[in-house]
Amino acid sequence: MADEHKDVWVYIEHKDGVTTPMSYELLGAGKMLADTLGSKVCAFVIGEKTEEIAKNAGNYGAATVYAIDGASFKTFRPDAFAKAGASLVSKFKPDIVLYRATTQGQDLSAAMAAQLEVGLGSDAIDLQIDAGSKTMKLTRAAFGGNFLATYMNTRSKPQMATVRPKVFPMPQHDTAKNAEIVKESFSMAEDDARTKVLQFSQSEVAVNLIEADIIVSGGRGVGGSEGFSVVKALADTLGGAMGASRAAVDSGWVPYEHQVGQTGKTVKPKIYIACGISGAIQHLAGMRTSDCIVAINKDAEAPIFKIASFGIVGDYKQIVPKLVEQFKQKLNK
Amino acid sequence: MKIVVCIKQVPDTEAEVKWDLQKGTLKREGMDSITNPFDEFALEEALLTKEKYDGEIVAITMGPDKAMDVLRNALALGVDQVYHINDPAIAGSDTLGTSYVLAKAIEKVGNVDLVFCGKQATDGNTGIVSPELATRLGFSQLTFVAKVDEIDAAGKKIKVQRGIEGGIETVEAKLPAVVSVSKGINEPRLPNLMGIRKAAKVQIPAWDCDAIGAAKDKVGTEGSHGKVVELTTPPPRSAGEMLKGEMEEVANVLVGKLLDLKVIK
Ligand SMILES: Cc1cc2nc3c(=O)[nH]c(=O)nc-3n(C[C@H](O)[C@H](O)[C@H](O)COP(=O)(O)OP(=O)(O)OC[C@H]3O[C@@H](n4cnc5c(N)ncnc54)[C@H](O)[C@@H]3O)c2cc1C
Repeated sequence: MADEHKDVWVYIEHKDGVTTPMSYELLGAGKMLADTLGSKVCAFVIGEKTEEIAKNAGNYGAATVYAIDGASFKTFRPDAFAKAGASLVSKFKPDIVLYRATTQGQDLSAAMAAQLEVGLGSDAIDLQIDAGSKTMKLTRAAFGGNFLATYMNTRSKPQMATVRPKVFPMPQHDTAKNAEIVKESFSMAEDDARTKVLQFSQSEVAVNLIEADIIVSGGRGVGGSEGFSVVKALADTLGGAMGASRAAVDSGWVPYEHQVGQTGKTVKPKIYIACGISGAIQHLAGMRTSDCIVAINKDAEAPIFKIASFGIVGDYKQIVPKLVEQFKQKLNK
Repeated sequence: MKIVVCIKQVPDTEAEVKWDLQKGTLKREGMDSITNPFDEFALEEALLTKEKYDGEIVAITMGPDKAMDVLRNALALGVDQVYHINDPAIAGSDTLGTSYVLAKAIEKVGNVDLVFCGKQATDGNTGIVSPELATRLGFSQLTFVAKVDEIDAAGKKIKVQRGIEGGIETVEAKLPAVVSVSKGINEPRLPNLMGIRKAAKVQIPAWDCDAIGAAKDKVGTEGSHGKVVELTTPPPRSAGEMLKGEMEEVANVLVGKLLDLKVIK
């Protein structure tokens, strides 16, 4: 059976037309898959004005960028974006479509999957091409990180997946590389949109745990909100984000946005510092793939030490302020 | 207002996990089970909505015989009606199959204004069933909801706050809607003894694929688009180095090691 589906597509997410370099990160993974398949990596973008984003996607390696512009697409809305996205996919028939595993990537990919009636793999931490069938193999953490499961969708095209942020290397930005831009139109009456974004309020503590390279977390051992100011001081000194265990969140010391673990966020920073966290399996599920884990705990038997790259047995109240002081000195802050 | 809440039974995280590699699915027999923690928030939000705006709550679950337990719990907490979608054909459904079955069941319930789900289930952890469900039903898709501000049943509108990267987004949507909730939206109540006693006596109605008009080739292992082809345990993370000595010195050593990683700027 001749298969007309070709190319690897990457969805470029943005917030009201604004992107960050991370918005383009999957063009790296997409290129790797496309090279293996002997096809092209392409991008698709939906927004009010997409020229700048499309140009950038080309700089980051997309061979072709499919774009839909329209006033209805100023702010991300799942129903409107999914209808537009599905129209592109139905017309150009990509083989693979990748989205970041963010709130937007998840919302859009799921809505498109249901509309197109195709499978969706989620939160991939590895992507390969099966040599025989040329099907994408997607690996993800299963059951609290105790297993790695590899999935294949041999039944429907395109093969779609969300990919965990920061597991694949960033592609190079090169202004010499430019994409062919294909503009498509898709119009939607405002009355047909089911949702409308009224407002966005940036949280005071920018808790973007998922994108942070450095996370300093506190647990029950931190003892209260005052203790968390010590944890936060270290996070701030290192330019990182502050995380927490569920015990700390449930005690009301920090809001839920900070929770790391099975029922919180799954994170993969380069450095994760756990202060007063015992290392319960549900907490580990959210952070065990961090590159470097530092554990500070006064109980030498705490399970967190079993997975820590560096462990210190002691009271966080003594150690953390010393760390803040020494980092400040050495970083000239 | 007619409210549906979708509840899933999941294996207890403490339990030993067994996989059926042939089918590529979880072996659910013989494992301790609990109500998916996020669904407890969904159920509580349904109860709060009913208390504030009046209405009727229908709880549904899809799963094997013992999944009925989660419906008894829902009854004990005061939901008005429950349905157990139970059919050997649906075992091993992927998210696409699951959202299809739930959509068929919700259509069968009929005239639904609002569906509450947990933002994800702690076993599969995909978080994609509720947005797929919204799309299938043609309802508004409201995910990661941290607060329901206002419901205008007559005007068929709902206003919610969504917790997304970097902040809170306020969204107004048309009803009907599928709302999937995050932790922290409320404090789930516990059932009281009287509720539990009353719930124990209820005959729980079961629906199979025929009852909801679901095509068997779209559900279960057969209807799944994705299949687990390999299952491995991640390479064990070996314990690293314990830094010992006087605190000043230990801090100094750690700072040096972390700066060597060239991540901190
Ligand atoms: C379904 C389910 C889902 C869950 N999801 C999550 C989740 O997403 N995230 C999560 O974190 N947990 C989750 N949990 C809870 C988890 O099981 C643990 O209860 C929780 O992680 C414990 O938090 P903790 O380590 O802060 O507290 P504890 O286990 O109480 O540990 C506190 C630690 O602090 C140390 N300590 C005390 N004082 C000091 C001091 N002065 N200096 C240094 N160390 C000190 C102690 O030695 C101890 O090791 C979940 C549980 C269930 C059942």
